[in-house]
Amino acid sequence: MSTTDLKNPSSSPTASLLTEANALRWEMGEEYHDSLMEGIYEDAARIADRSVTRSGERRRFNLDRAIDHLVTSKWTGFPFMFLVLAVVFWLTVVGANVPSGLLADLLLDTVHPMLKGAMQSVGSPWWLTGVLIDGAYLAGAWVVSVMLPPMAIFFPMVTLLEDFGYLPRVAFNLDALYRRAGAHGRQALTMTMGFGCNAAGVVATRIIDSPRERLIAIITNNFSLCNGRWPTQILIASIFVGAMVPAHFAGLVAAGGVVVIAVLGVALSLVVSWSLSRSVLRGEASAFSLELPPYRPPRILQTLYTSLIDRTIIVLWRAVVFAVPAGIVIWLVGNVTIDGVTVAEHFVNWSNPFGLLIGLNGVILLAYIIAIPANEIVIPTVLMLTVLTSAINGVGAGAGVMFEADSTVATAEILRGGGWTALTGICLMLFSLLHNPCSTTIFTIYKETGSVKWTALATLLPLGMGFVVCFLVAQGWRLIAGG
Amino acid sequence: MSGTPNEACATCPAFNAGHLTRLGIDLSNVDFVVALAGNPNTGKSTVFNALTGLRQHTGNWPGKTVTRAEGGFAYSGKRFKIVDLPGTYSLLSTSADEEVARDFILFGKPDVTVIVVDATRLERNLNLVLQVLEITDKAVLCVNLIDEARRHKMEVDERTLARELGIPVVLAAARQREGIDQLLKSMFEVATGAVVCKPRRVQSIPPAVAKAVDRLTERVAGFFPGLPNARWVAMRLLEGDQRMIDAVESGELNTLLDQAQRPAENQQARVADTV
Repeated sequence: MSTTDLKNPSSSPTASLLTEANALRWEMGEEYHDSLMEGIYEDAARIADRSVTRSGERRRFNLDRAIDHLVTSKWTGFPFMFLVLAVVFWLTVVGANVPSGLLADLLLDTVHPMLKGAMQSVGSPWWLTGVLIDGAYLAGAWVVSVMLPPMAIFFPMVTLLEDFGYLPRVAFNLDALYRRAGAHGRQALTMTMGFGCNAAGVVATRIIDSPRERLIAIITNNFSLCNGRWPTQILIASIFVGAMVPAHFAGLVAAGGVVVIAVLGVALSLVVSWSLSRSVLRGEASAFSLELPPYRPPRILQTLYTSLIDRTIIVLWRAVVFAVPAGIVIWLVGNVTIDGVTVAEHFVNWSNPFGLLIGLNGVILLAYIIAIPANEIVIPTVLMLTVLTSAINGVGAGAGVMFEADSTVATAEILRGGGWTALTGICLMLFSLLHNPCSTTIFTIYKETGSVKWTALATLLPLGMGFVVCFLVAQGWRLIAGG
Repeated sequence: MSGTPNEACATCPAFNAGHLTRLGIDLSNVDFVVALAGNPNTGKSTVFNALTGLRQHTGNWPGKTVTRAEGGFAYSGKRFKIVDLPGTYSLLSTSADEEVARDFILFGKPDVTVIVVDATRLERNLNLVLQVLEITDKAVLCVNLIDEARRHKMEVDERTLARELGIPVVLAAARQREGIDQLLKSMFEVATGAVVCKPRRVQSIPPAVAKAVDRLTERVAGFFPGLPNARWVAMRLLEGDQRMIDAVESGELNTLLDQAQRPAENQQARVADTV
């Protein structure tokens, strides 16, 4: 009410109009807005009263309320949420293995040699075959076989939950926490969207009207594990976390490990929101209303269709598009030599001490640099580089060739052969949660904020946190385990 | 219209009913522009998909659509462009999604605005309807999710609603495609001017406030003759809406008036720039 009143609009021809509007506003004061809103509500109530008739008991409302009582209650809301998450991951972990193996058989064991043979038979030079088939094709095919099955299981399940009406309840449960952290309650919704894709989550923050709270939501969206990172989490958890317990519990414990990382992400987004709202983005949380929509029976077939087309295929396509150039880069760093040693080995040897200090290794650090365009290709890159630098005999298909790892067991053997321990696995899961957003998200943040400063903060803050958290975990682990 | 047996059939709704051609994202040579407004989670995107054949992602939670989605369809020989606006509870606050919706209805000058409401939450949804009717004269109310209302043993009388609001009202269950034909017919009639709406203006406001609004509306109309929503402009000025004050001060409202005379596509290009 205050700033515009003091302004003197004398310079424009419509000055007298604005002056009069101002005078009238002063006359009515705050009353105007309230009486207008009251008028609208009163009219709405009257019209609705005249045109709607209700009859009979309303049992469905009570059913809705009964479900809400369970899933949004103070005591059962959060446990129920964790349970739902765990079931979804468990089904994904258990269900994805077999189709993954079949796809790998087809694309990597069958098609790849055929393509390579075809290239050689038309007399293509070795480096061209290398770049195109061992680099670009293998990277794309690897991504398809390792990512398609989990996504085809994970996304439809999440979409069914969304269609049913569970997502707003998740937001409802988290809303109070976000407000206590000094952020907007709707951040719970944009965070939930970030579980699909951080770039989409950043765009979704447009529903937050205060610029301060919107910035907080943008900066912390990266703490929601995105599509590209779920497969990494699920795979590494299956190999290292699941392996800590007897085989028949492995799937369950692995799923639990992923839930822990996802929940840690939510917790960190709260902590960071809290710190931001008490430092650089100080202010009060604004109020808003969150509507809990009625539960609706999900339309199974349509959900399957849209989640396969809209999410799975699009995400997969993006992964392949980014994997192809990355595959070329990987092949190049694995084959271009300086002083007789490949570029990849130079970097890995140089960065390895630092990597080990934070529980990772030089290979993982290089993989995260190559994989900046898309988190989806981290694991294939890691595998290729591991084989390349640890010179394991009998696996892999030559320098710079991303090869197939038929099953989780084979992948595990390669990683262990590269000197990985359970600590490496856990630190990788943590680093996968806490590192810079992918380049698409960084660009989206820049577009939405229009500021280099905030984009840089959103990019470097999680990376810095990743280094710190991994360092602490690694040192703590070594202190206790003596390793 | 080559398949039309004779002239009279071309304009006969009975013949044309159901003659919907979904154009997807083909937006060339549009005759009319349709805005799709409504509260969050009322099924706007489902209506949008039913009309355009596109498959914009729908979800059972509020705030899913934060930007505009556009699609096209042809009906009765006319080509329509339809813009799916973000769902909002009101048009009176300042968040980015509400601004997109408000600016489009106000400055985009759609030929018809379809307001989608949830039949089971009619009273709350009508708040937005009344606000939209303050901005535009050409509107159709789509009471969606009527199947859910029936399950809850609720009955909505569309004739009473239409009489109260002064605009055509269609009961629909877009998920099942129920009511889409009737909705198309009503949209067509309002867009072509075959049906002229007499939208209800908010009545239950204190006399002093009403007087102030009327007085300022007159003044606004005097400064900007031909402005179709002078009353809304006046109400926003009384609210102290900085964007509206700027628009009046800089003469932006005049430019909008000029552009209102031009064909639909040009306006759309301009609005796309400002949104």
